[in-house]
Amino acid sequence: MNGAARILMLKGAGVFAALLFSLICGGVFISAIGKDPLQIYLQMFSESLGNPYGIGQILFKATTFIFTGLSVAVCFRSGFFNIGAEGQLMVGGLCIAVTGFSFAGLPSLLHIPLCILAGMAGGAAWGFIPGFLKARFGAHEVINTIMLNFIAAALISYLVNSVFAVPATVHTPPVGHSAELARLESLFSIFKGSPVNFSLALALLAALFVHYVLSHTRFGYELRAIGLGSRAAECAHMNVGLLTMTVTTLSGALAALGSANFVMGYKHYYEIGFSDGAGFMGIAVALLANNRPLAIPFAALFFGMLDYGGLTINTLVPKELVNILQAIVIIMIVLSMKLMDRWMPQFEKTSLPAASNG
Amino acid sequence: MVDAIFNIAFLAQVLRISVPYTLPALGATFSERGGVINIGLEGMLLSGAFATTAATYYANDPLIGIACGLLAGLLMGALHGVATVVLKADQIIIGIALNLFALGSTKFLCQLLFHSSSNSSRIVGIDAWSASLKNIPFVGDILENPFILFAMALAILSHYVLFKTRYGLRLRAVGEHPEAADTLGINVTQLRFSGILISGALSGLGGAWLALDQHSFTDGMTAGRGFIALAAMIVGKWKPLNATIACILFAFAESLVIQLQGGNVPVQFIQMIPYVLTMVVLVSFIGRAVPPAADGIPFEKEAS
Repeated sequence: MNGAARILMLKGAGVFAALLFSLICGGVFISAIGKDPLQIYLQMFSESLGNPYGIGQILFKATTFIFTGLSVAVCFRSGFFNIGAEGQLMVGGLCIAVTGFSFAGLPSLLHIPLCILAGMAGGAAWGFIPGFLKARFGAHEVINTIMLNFIAAALISYLVNSVFAVPATVHTPPVGHSAELARLESLFSIFKGSPVNFSLALALLAALFVHYVLSHTRFGYELRAIGLGSRAAECAHMNVGLLTMTVTTLSGALAALGSANFVMGYKHYYEIGFSDGAGFMGIAVALLANNRPLAIPFAALFFGMLDYGGLTINTLVPKELVNILQAIVIIMIVLSMKLMDRWMPQFEKTSLPAASNG
Repeated sequence: MVDAIFNIAFLAQVLRISVPYTLPALGATFSERGGVINIGLEGMLLSGAFATTAATYYANDPLIGIACGLLAGLLMGALHGVATVVLKADQIIIGIALNLFALGSTKFLCQLLFHSSSNSSRIVGIDAWSASLKNIPFVGDILENPFILFAMALAILSHYVLFKTRYGLRLRAVGEHPEAADTLGINVTQLRFSGILISGALSGLGGAWLALDQHSFTDGMTAGRGFIALAAMIVGKWKPLNATIACILFAFAESLVIQLQGGNVPVQFIQMIPYVLTMVVLVSFIGRAVPPAADGIPFEKEAS
């Protein structure tokens, strides 16, 4: 076996061990409330994976996670800690909803791209802010992106409740039929009843696109270069500030696309709280995929399964178990990569930036 | 409006509100002076708040609640320390993960203990303790809440410990130049661990204050205070006294916001003010605030 294949296998084993260990840690929480972890996990897996409806639900959840995972991953690759995907998702979703109900009646061929562009523009604008503040002032992106999440939540709460209010609800009016994305069940009757829709195809295209940009373009090369060390990149005459702003803008647009899944493909309106932590889930997805765009759909599937599986066992174990697992997976993945780095000095550098000075 | 601001009750309110900012900010000066960025303050606050609520509810004694809040923060600090100081994992990612962990586990436990993942049952507060002090003119309002005095005293103590003791000198050395400190036989790992533990404990206390002040736990009740405290510490140039002043300024802004409520401005815009303010203040202080040289960089001892 050659070296590269061996490293790949060891890496895979490391990720697998991290996941296994995370589930064991989650099992401690399950045991703590007097339930049998093995039985709970089995039930989770069988009720989510065991039937086409469950699989449709998993694919639906995974769709949003693919987008937020990609959003976080492009930033991580450039050394920027974007924890603002949640806010970008919300802003994008509202832009889609507003475009969706304002231009109802347009031909779908025009209306759908228009909504998607509007959502991307909203998310991009929200993503641009922390990138600009970092590039222009060197302001800490972690604090800024978190603050922007809170600001987005408050702003949207105002807009939905006071400007676009549908009385006695927390959602906007529905988008026009022309802006609705068809469900997969319209093509594959096996998914009957589950909300998985054609934004999944968009998500997979986005993963391919991000892979292409990162691995085959000059911009992607420069982006990775600043992630490995911005001083060296500066010496190579790269415009670090401009690159940072471009990356965070792109990242915002990607996160925002995740909202199309809900707003155009499922409920057909913007509802307060729809994001439900999907932006933060993007962090776990990106790390599990080691920030590799082509691995992100698989990582998103894993968390989609946990997320939907959590709902199926909610009567036995609070569904917040999934949030705990999400955090533990992040910790375990980071630790496993660290330990493997240490055990194998010849290991190629992982994609995480070596050090970030805050 | 002016009358509403310039009186002792308002000052007392500002100081009261500053407590959950001051305690984690003071804690963060210790962890960051030792070279560990603590993004996990928010989660430490939150777990402290929940532990305090749960313990106070069952023991019906706020003192036990406070002790448990401190313990929960300490535990989160220890988790952070094991991951970042001992195993040298990325400090920012671990901090983010701990925040998510606290958010998830407090909701999980809240659902379990109080049958609602969003809020707990009502608990007793600490008001009853010092009812007699309330009658002292002027200072009564401030003395009324022992946490305020405690936070102020702690600010001075932190300054003393960081800048006037051997421990403080060593901790700062470890944050500025761990290689040099290591060469002199200082145990970098131990000192950094102590910094993050102090940070966790103080954040846990901050959470205890929040829970006892609100007489309950609600999910995500910290509402970004941990991050604002971190911003205050940066604005305060990693110095306990300056950080405390910055926290009081943030609390002043929040008190003004409370006064504004009920006017014509939509409540959501008023809620936004602390977050916008944090961003503005942070941006305007950049460049003037220089972190410890080795802040955020795991210390890897040369292969031995």
